[in-house]
Amino acid sequence: MTATVSPEKAGPDTTPPTTRRGDRTFAAITRLAAFTILGVLVAVFVFLAIEGWSGFTSVPDTYAPFTSFVSYIWPLVVSTILASAIAVIVAVPFAVGIALFVSHYAPPRLASVLAYMIDLLAAVPSVVFGLWGGRYLAGYLQPFQVWLHDHFGFLPFFGPGPPTPNGRSLFTAGIVLAIMILPIITAITREIFVQTPTLQEEAALALGATRWEMIRYAVFPYARSGMVSAVMLGLGRALGETMAVAMILATTPEVTLNVVGTASPATIAANIALNYKEATPERQSLLIATGLVLFLATFLVNFTARWITGRNQRKLAR
Amino acid sequence: MSSGVMQISSPRLPRWAPALVAVMALALAGLPAIFSGWGIVQWLLAALVVFLVAMPLWSRFVEGPRAATDRLVTTLVWVSFGCAMAPLVWLLWVVLKNGLPAINVDFLTTSMLNVVGDEQGGILHALLGTLLITLAATAMSVPIGIFTAIYLVEYGKRSKPARLITFLVDVMTGIPSIVAGLFALSLFVLFFGPAYRSGFGGAVALTLLMIPTVVRSSEEMFRLVPDDLREASYALGVPKWRTIVKVVLPTSVAGIVTGVVLAISRVIGETAPLLVVAGATDGMNSNLFDGRMTTLPVFIFSQYSTSTPVGYERAWGGALVLIALVMVLNLIARVIGRIFAPAKGH
Repeated sequence: MTATVSPEKAGPDTTPPTTRRGDRTFAAITRLAAFTILGVLVAVFVFLAIEGWSGFTSVPDTYAPFTSFVSYIWPLVVSTILASAIAVIVAVPFAVGIALFVSHYAPPRLASVLAYMIDLLAAVPSVVFGLWGGRYLAGYLQPFQVWLHDHFGFLPFFGPGPPTPNGRSLFTAGIVLAIMILPIITAITREIFVQTPTLQEEAALALGATRWEMIRYAVFPYARSGMVSAVMLGLGRALGETMAVAMILATTPEVTLNVVGTASPATIAANIALNYKEATPERQSLLIATGLVLFLATFLVNFTARWITGRNQRKLAR
Repeated sequence: MSSGVMQISSPRLPRWAPALVAVMALALAGLPAIFSGWGIVQWLLAALVVFLVAMPLWSRFVEGPRAATDRLVTTLVWVSFGCAMAPLVWLLWVVLKNGLPAINVDFLTTSMLNVVGDEQGGILHALLGTLLITLAATAMSVPIGIFTAIYLVEYGKRSKPARLITFLVDVMTGIPSIVAGLFALSLFVLFFGPAYRSGFGGAVALTLLMIPTVVRSSEEMFRLVPDDLREASYALGVPKWRTIVKVVLPTSVAGIVTGVVLAISRVIGETAPLLVVAGATDGMNSNLFDGRMTTLPVFIFSQYSTSTPVGYERAWGGALVLIALVMVLNLIARVIGRIFAPAKGH
């Protein structure tokens, strides 16, 4: 064993000091960028808290037709949860199905075209979805909602009040939200499905697994945490989606679980957009306060989702 | 086995079996469809149910339960794709149908200034606003996003600060757009007085919404770069930052461009934050830092809110332009991504 590089040869190399400076600068820039995010998030919380604080304990008139912050926001919270729940329940199975279709079922030559289509459709703006939902989909879904009311009216979600006359219900809003979050969940899920190690897939098939068994035992375990984060992104968007709900829903301040009724309270986000224009300073604080609640709620959702993701990763590592 | 011939493969249904079952399902569902006057949608739904029952059942008797499950899932996967494409194709068609009549040269080259009643008006001011605000937001968020991703993957690794940043990016993903708008508003109002509205405020709000998308997609792409490449570069004596700039970035640039496009396409249609921060105006405004600025989505929403036929027509026209804009952007980005994509090694 002899050393192949002699000290003389490495001697005249003067790069180390400069590269180290370059490295230090570059590392500092990246660190700065990363901690900008921390700063921005703290700022979001602080500014919303400062501006919205008086909204929590204002004079009762501010909360008309209610008298306190809790009674004002409660109907909005219920609607937000219902709409997001409809959206996620409807969207997730379809999204996983489409992602699988593109990554594992569609003919390979077609797959890239389909993936491109979904990429394009992810870009359809929310306001266009709102326009379409309000002018077209609501009308088409109205008979279905009447049917739901007639057959499942005993459930609190589809009764007891009369069904919607024009389809502009929370149900329609939820369906539009589902369509809106579908491309995003699909795009992310598909990207992760494609990344499954081919050797693992082929090993599963070689052991005699059917395509579904291969997906269940090779693709899903690999993609699980990614799927959770995809659903999380979708849920985050559904919770905070404003325009589609604001443009579709016929609103009422009265709290109701009925998603196919004539009207429902707006979601928190839609309520802000709908009431922002004619807001007095007190009312504006109140709206910002509800914004703070929405922010904290999404924080909680993300925290839970992250916890699940981390648990899965630990399980896989074991 | 009993006949003395060793069977090494289980029996399979012929290749044309799904097609046969599909035709039979359509026919079977067609009977009640004709007699009770169902529409096409109900007929297809009924046929689908028949197919979903018949196909796995047949497969179960011939091929066994595992293959039957496989066929059921295959059907469901195909159906889910078809179902999901339907509303999206429908939406695009509706936008085209309603948008095309509204679009002409005047619509694209005038603003809404001094437009009254049923006069046509135009979207030039909104196009300008959208362009400026989106560009500003992209210019701010892309560097922050990519550098953060580099920090997370190359420098932070699994350290505590990196985990914190990852967590915060996740939190940021969940920030509803309207909250970002409220934040930008309270920020600028605090410094410039309660009546302050500007395009830049909107850009700040959009930046907030773009950063997490850019970080997450870039991070994912950086992690896909094999360590072999980095180590090969280090072994040649290349310093770390040059390795990142010359090896890691070029290898992942296609994915990053895709991520940035997804981020842009998410924010270019954002209405709520701009409604709150940038406001709306009928005239042209090319100054990001002064005065209200209409963007295309806000234009669409205001026209929709008028609930008049001419308002709806303008809204559809604006929607078509907005979608076309987004698609062209996507196309350009995809081409760029193609050009810079690294050659596949295997």
